[in-house]
Amino acid sequence: MKKLTVLMFGWEFPPFNSGGLGVACLGLTRAMAQEGAKVIFVLPEHVQVELDYMKVVLAKDFPVSPVKFKTIKTLLYPYVTEDGYFEKRMFERDCAYGQDLQGEVLRYAGMAKAIAEKEKFAVIHAHDWLTYLAGIEAKKSTGKPLFVHVHATEFDRTGGGNFNQFVYSIEKFGMEQADGVIAISEYTKNIIIQYYGIDPNKIRVVHNGVEQCPDCVEAIKNNPLEKIKDSGKLLVLSMGRLTLQKGVDYFLKMAKLVSKHVPNAVFIVAGSGDMERALMMQAAKLGISGKVIFTGWLQGSEIQEAYRRADLFVVPSVSEPFGLTVLESMAQGTPVIVSKQSGVSEIIAHALKVDFWDVEEMANKAIAILKYAALNKHLSEESQKEAKELGWDKAAKKCLKFFNEKVEL
Amino acid sequence: MASVCFYFQVHQPYRIKKYKFFNIGQDHNYFNDASDTSLNNARILDRVSIKSYLPTNAILLELLKKHPEFKLSFSLSGVFLDQIEKGFPEVLASFQRLVKTGRVEILSETYYHSLAFLYSKTEFKAQVLKHRRKVKKLFNVVPQVFRNTELIYNNDVAKMAEEMGFKGIITEGVDRILDWQSPNFLYSPQGTKKIKLLLKNYKLSDDIAFRFSEKSWSEHPLTSEKFSHWVTSHNGNGEVINLFMDYETFGEHQWEHTGIFDFLRSLPGEVLKHGQNDFVTPSEAVDRYPVRAELNIENFISWADEERDLSAWRSNPIQEDALNKIYSMEESVLRTKDSKIIEDWRKLQTSDHFYYMCIKWFADGDVHKYFNPYESPYDAFIAFMNVLQDLELRVENILRGSIAVNPILNNAKQII
Repeated sequence: MKKLTVLMFGWEFPPFNSGGLGVACLGLTRAMAQEGAKVIFVLPEHVQVELDYMKVVLAKDFPVSPVKFKTIKTLLYPYVTEDGYFEKRMFERDCAYGQDLQGEVLRYAGMAKAIAEKEKFAVIHAHDWLTYLAGIEAKKSTGKPLFVHVHATEFDRTGGGNFNQFVYSIEKFGMEQADGVIAISEYTKNIIIQYYGIDPNKIRVVHNGVEQCPDCVEAIKNNPLEKIKDSGKLLVLSMGRLTLQKGVDYFLKMAKLVSKHVPNAVFIVAGSGDMERALMMQAAKLGISGKVIFTGWLQGSEIQEAYRRADLFVVPSVSEPFGLTVLESMAQGTPVIVSKQSGVSEIIAHALKVDFWDVEEMANKAIAILKYAALNKHLSEESQKEAKELGWDKAAKKCLKFFNEKVEL
Repeated sequence: MASVCFYFQVHQPYRIKKYKFFNIGQDHNYFNDASDTSLNNARILDRVSIKSYLPTNAILLELLKKHPEFKLSFSLSGVFLDQIEKGFPEVLASFQRLVKTGRVEILSETYYHSLAFLYSKTEFKAQVLKHRRKVKKLFNVVPQVFRNTELIYNNDVAKMAEEMGFKGIITEGVDRILDWQSPNFLYSPQGTKKIKLLLKNYKLSDDIAFRFSEKSWSEHPLTSEKFSHWVTSHNGNGEVINLFMDYETFGEHQWEHTGIFDFLRSLPGEVLKHGQNDFVTPSEAVDRYPVRAELNIENFISWADEERDLSAWRSNPIQEDALNKIYSMEESVLRTKDSKIIEDWRKLQTSDHFYYMCIKWFADGDVHKYFNPYESPYDAFIAFMNVLQDLELRVENILRGSIAVNPILNNAKQII
């Protein structure tokens, strides 16, 4: 396989990330570098990262070519529905997808042309809709093949309901213009085929991996979670943005059922998002406020500590393109219950799977893990072993193989 | 002479339904799944009876009438007999017709197809005796030859069988035990005096049971002619060819369209074409052939999986936990003297429940998955443990009740 140089367009990067996209980019790029690929990673102006294994280019250093706006206006027309636009919608990210973000996305695309002309590379790799326009600009000015990497879709975020037309149009346009589409799960691939009408032959499934060094995290002193555990409580953890997509309300319903039978269970809701208020209200209404702890957004080692201290990790997502947190928990040896409506459930055996709406079964499985020590211990050991086999190297290899196929043409 | 000895295992467990934690204390019916899944015992019994038991029994009856030299044997688990008695009496009648020919032997086993030998010798004996009584009642015969659940065997099993009066015992002809010896002779288990050991010829048995329809197999398609030739070629190198297999091979594991029924229909004729061959029941084999050597088998063997040991049921902590838990309840369960509780406890001992919890190669999806009616081994474990909790509650309620009933017998305070 030829050693390639990849011009990669990203949007966020740890520690300045608000979700799985940044984490995935870190894992993937590091593994690709280890496979011998050279990665030039482009980030928009508000993210500053220093890395030793790849070149990071900040888009802010480049002039904006005002080419895009006209193109954008035309591209939106084929996709306008009778319902029209949804202009100001709150998404799970902590900023609004209002005119500001749209402006950022277009501006980013404008800078891409200049960046592409300056660098030498064989393929363009764009992560999620925010960067597709930039990828397209880079392809237009250099003729190199474009690969779009679908980490999430508008369908996942909205459950098929109120699509944001601007976002959906870009997703569709990006996938159509690309030479190859990388989906992070069969689940996502099926959504792409069904809701975006993309040719299945153009899509390659590359499952995410997990960083293989959970012990590299320093223990936090005076960790409040440790104190709670020491007082004899069992910790049931949920982690992720507090949005409809993540199914945290199902987590709370399950918590109500579980707490009836496991009185010393405490439920941790780690994360922040637009549903925070509503969820606190729900916990109160269910009568379990005393058992639920809202920790807010966790960073870095706090996250690993949470996994490690928890007795059980629950991911009740309504629609999860992958679910990196599941692998992270498994790597720490904490048993997982995961929604079947997730990409990660396709590739793991040693986790308990449940339909997100089946609160009773979710509670049934949770109680079993909390009560039957042999099950907890065994799942813990087996899932840790399984996570060890799921590093990013496989994903990197698959991507590079896909790239090589188009480069050779 | 090569004597072909057919032995068919016929068994259906009482599968435990998806019993949730919330059912504990409320629902004391563990085996009455009524869904469309493979946990529905009645549905499975119907299906297997129609696809396998009834048509194959009909063919065997035909063959027995056509060939007076044709003979075979079954072991029918107690839980299987219970299910057909209540749920499909026609199947029971067809087995009774076969036994009436006088050339179909019934073997002995534990009533509940359990691993009791590994945990409680008294329970083991009780289950064997119960099975013996059932067989006498339904077929008017007394089994002379024993086979333990899934052919689990070692020297101690043979000793116990001899103590209980059996003249023969069967198990798997495992390579690592046999070394250079052949499964086509009779052996004497070490530590016993009279009982004789018959060993399954797994190569020839599996040719029918597993490889029959595998197109990639070099010998596919397997005709009865070809097979009979293999049998005959053992002349001089063996006395008994023990073909032991799951009865569901015919029609269920190997579907009708593979030609398995035609194969069976023509097999006895082909075998008997060669004058030196005949058929024997296990008892006849024991009576006719001498023991050729002593076999020392200390560690347990079985006919399950590639390992042919106990790992199908006891290779991970959750299986061990479940097995320890259920057998730890023996004393208190029997003390309740409540027939429904005892019966439920015994139905929970069936080896299949633990087979479903096996995690070997779970990620690769293998034969365990084919046989597993649950979505994962963990689901099997959860249902089982929840059920045990409920059983425990029932036991406690009865035992507390009896303390109140007999206040003179112990100084315990009246709780009720």
